[in-house]
Amino acid sequence: MTRIHVNTTVNGDKVDFLADPRETLLDCLRDKVGMTGAKEGCGTGDCGACSVTLDGRLVCSCLVLGVEAEGKQVETIEGMANGGELHPLQQKFIEYAALQCGICTPGILVATQALLKKNPDPTEEEVRYWLAGNLCRCTGYDKIIRAVMDTAKDLRAEKVGGDV
Amino acid sequence: MVAVNLWSGLRRFTGGAEVVEVEAATVAEVLKALVEAHPGLDPVIKAGVSVAVDGEIVQRALNHPIQPDSEVFLLQQFRGG
Amino acid sequence: MALDNKSEFKYIGTRPNRPDGLDKVTGRARYGADAYAPGMLHGAVLRSPHAHAKILNIDASKALAMEGVKAIVTRNDFAKGLEGDDWDLLENTIAGEKTLYDGHAVAGIAATSVLVAKDALKLIEVEYEVIPHVTDVDAAMADGAPVIREGAADHSVPEGLHPNVVRYTEFGRGDLDAGFAAADMVVDRSFKTEAVHQGYIEPHACLADLGADGRGELWCCTQGHWFVRRMCSALLGLETTQLRVTASEIGGGFGGKTTVFIDPIALALSRKAGKPVKLVMSRSEVLKASGPTASASMDVKMGMTKDGKLTAATASFRMQGGAFPGAPMDMTTMLAFSCYALDNVHHEGFDVMTNRPKQAAYRAPGAPMGAFAVESVMDELCEGLGLDPIETRLKNAVKEGTKSAFGPRYKAIGLIETLEAARDHPHYSAPLAENTGRGVASGYWMNWGGETSVSLAIGEDGAVQVGVGTPDIGGSRASMALMAAEAIGIPYENVRVNVLDTAALGTNEPSHGSRATYASGLATIEAAREAIGKLCQRAADKWGIDAEAVEWKDGAAYPSGPNAGDFEPLSIADIAGEMGSTGGPITGHHDASPTGFGGSFGTHIVDVHVDPDTGRSTVKRYTVIQDAGKAIHPSYVEGQFQGGAAQGIGWALNEEYVYGEDGRLQNDVFLDYRIPVASDLPMIDTVIVEVPNPGHPYGVRGVGETGITPPLPAVANAISHATGHRMTRLPMSPPRVLRAIQGKGIS
Repeated sequence: MTRIHVNTTVNGDKVDFLADPRETLLDCLRDKVGMTGAKEGCGTGDCGACSVTLDGRLVCSCLVLGVEAEGKQVETIEGMANGGELHPLQQKFIEYAALQCGICTPGILVATQALLKKNPDPTEEEVRYWLAGNLCRCTGYDKIIRAVMDTAKDLRAEKVGGDV
Repeated sequence: MVAVNLWSGLRRFTGGAEVVEVEAATVAEVLKALVEAHPGLDPVIKAGVSVAVDGEIVQRALNHPIQPDSEVFLLQQFRGG
Repeated sequence: MALDNKSEFKYIGTRPNRPDGLDKVTGRARYGADAYAPGMLHGAVLRSPHAHAKILNIDASKALAMEGVKAIVTRNDFAKGLEGDDWDLLENTIAGEKTLYDGHAVAGIAATSVLVAKDALKLIEVEYEVIPHVTDVDAAMADGAPVIREGAADHSVPEGLHPNVVRYTEFGRGDLDAGFAAADMVVDRSFKTEAVHQGYIEPHACLADLGADGRGELWCCTQGHWFVRRMCSALLGLETTQLRVTASEIGGGFGGKTTVFIDPIALALSRKAGKPVKLVMSRSEVLKASGPTASASMDVKMGMTKDGKLTAATASFRMQGGAFPGAPMDMTTMLAFSCYALDNVHHEGFDVMTNRPKQAAYRAPGAPMGAFAVESVMDELCEGLGLDPIETRLKNAVKEGTKSAFGPRYKAIGLIETLEAARDHPHYSAPLAENTGRGVASGYWMNWGGETSVSLAIGEDGAVQVGVGTPDIGGSRASMALMAAEAIGIPYENVRVNVLDTAALGTNEPSHGSRATYASGLATIEAAREAIGKLCQRAADKWGIDAEAVEWKDGAAYPSGPNAGDFEPLSIADIAGEMGSTGGPITGHHDASPTGFGGSFGTHIVDVHVDPDTGRSTVKRYTVIQDAGKAIHPSYVEGQFQGGAAQGIGWALNEEYVYGEDGRLQNDVFLDYRIPVASDLPMIDTVIVEVPNPGHPYGVRGVGETGITPPLPAVANAISHATGHRMTRLPMSPPRVLRAIQGKGIS
């Protein structure tokens, strides 16, 4: 099948690749752009391990075609830290032992960052429902939820401090 | 002599005995002596068993020592996840 | 190895950041599917659409002719003449004369892209003759059931049973009739659990590169790469040491990654194509054709006096483990009554074959089913006699010296301590809301030691590297680094722990059986002590005194007393900086199959709300109390408790393999095979009990598996109390609970 030349932006950098129209954005990110931080856990949009944002919207990259990234801004886990400085969510996940095997972690971090952008002060229930599309089989979610709630609190305090 | 407690399902292979006395100083010798005493146990031991020596479960460590007064049980093979 | 009886720890019991944390929160960590090789091909596997069928012919000519297809393998491309477990493994890896379950591999293909490989699969023509199938354990034992494989039964099976019964066990002691006669109440019930999947989020994945000369490399996600090496070598006819296996980071395993499914196919494709081949399973392939756990049909009978003393107990377990021998009925039988002191007890177990995928280990394999049945009956006895379930368990609880139901006496164990902690926990006395029930249950896993090899080396700057062979599946690098830091007396941050490949160490069993922290930890401590001995020798040489006159503390060599001489202490960095000129590298090494692994008991408390209109059950509060012996890194111990509980809740409430009349799996995606999501669960409270294991220097017990054992009965007991109906079948899905509430039975 003829391949299509796709021009897109990943974590702020312009990239291009040739995509078969059947290939998913996840496949293109991993196999063509070399970004393997997003994982395929199911390929059906149920597990969230492939979470990225597309023009700021949280998506399962296994349910988006590679060609749909044309002209869009893609953000992945690889773009979350600022150089050597971890995002507060990443730091808190390590401190809270909010990961065991770590395979779901990139997707959960991307999804959580998207939540906190929309809602800086979520309740535990809101966090749980937002993350209901991100499966974790190791942790029982307890430490993940605590890490998210605590990061949100820190970020709010930082913001208040900054405003003053 | 060491008294080896079998599981009752093995009585078919030992002429009804559930406790077999053997001369043995290690787990490996226990297994060898059991088969010598009751050849019917050969496939059971070949299929894999665990041996409990004074409450310690030995499966790979066949050189594990056994005292004459040790409490020894032949057990089905342990498997982990 | 004996307990140090050390009471003061500097590093053990602290909660530092895990060494691989940064890699795992930034996407840098490389898992099974994250490997690429120059010139690499992509593999795909053709799978049977039938539950049971004879393979009459495979014609791959059209697929081979397709552009980009480089190799196709079938059963003929694997070793011939295998027997026993190896034959079973090969037969499961790729079908021979028959396909035995929906999803059974029939052929493998390697092509220049995933899309080409998948397109080419459709061109392989397989002629099947569909034959009758059976997927239910009770149906598979019944007269007239289709025979999966004639002659598969071993020596243990008495005459007169169906050929699908392939292993049998029976054991017990005492006088059952007298025991039951002495009881004031006897409960005799039947239970059923469905097969569930380990549900690791990372599908099986590998990258194989095998030359025609029989030398190869394999990268794969596995709990144990030496197991992978042995299995692949057997199936491909290789010498073990010619195949080097590297374990990637692993995205969950829970027992399911202690065997092989696609790795031998990738190796065979690579050997045939002369190029590296990457092979990754889809989720549907994982659910259909990797190893779920067994399903069980069980009868349990227990008798109790009115003051709560158990008088007798019997159990019969019929378990199917797919189209091969191996359902874990041996563990189910041995551990069913492991919590209780019983004089009169009897167990019976049947391993039954059906047309389902070959079962694999799943966290405490076999124990949760038995605990579900036994702890449910225990609860019913307490309820019927008006007794407190925790006090009654305490009255019958095993302790050090008690004869276990399976024979040997227990060494130091912590069941009573977990029960007392549960009784005293605020959760146990908290008021309950309407339509909410509270359940309690205990459980056990005996843990494991296993073959272990660890190497440790001192760097020129006095930092330390530890090489282990147990993949880090849940933070074990942190545990090893803590134990090395404690043993040597250097900061945690100065230790780097690496998971080495099969060419770098002697054989290591997988990270299974809750053994990694226990066994690799024990070997790490011993390796550190060997290195300390050498460090002391170097200091002694320098001072011109005997090594026995040197004492090692806080990461430095000191003269052991005034008589040893007056010397300034030499730090590990001082000694390491000169080691090249004082005798060469300083290392420590330890090999063992340690047998002093101590079992771990746990007691769980759960509150479940049941919606009387829909039958939907919601876990409102959950508390895990478990004996860790000594918690090396408490956060990861808590994580094991919480993860085990969550998996058990999933097994209890939602998860099940659903087979249709056609013998095909009906729910092969995560939308339909529903593991617990964040909004299904509350916070999971934990209490770490520490009864030191005498078989580890620091008292460690494995903690990984026990946690999945109590949730099944605890949740069932809670729902039974909320609804007034005894729940005897899993999963307790809303329709099933609703039928129970409406008095329509629970099937």
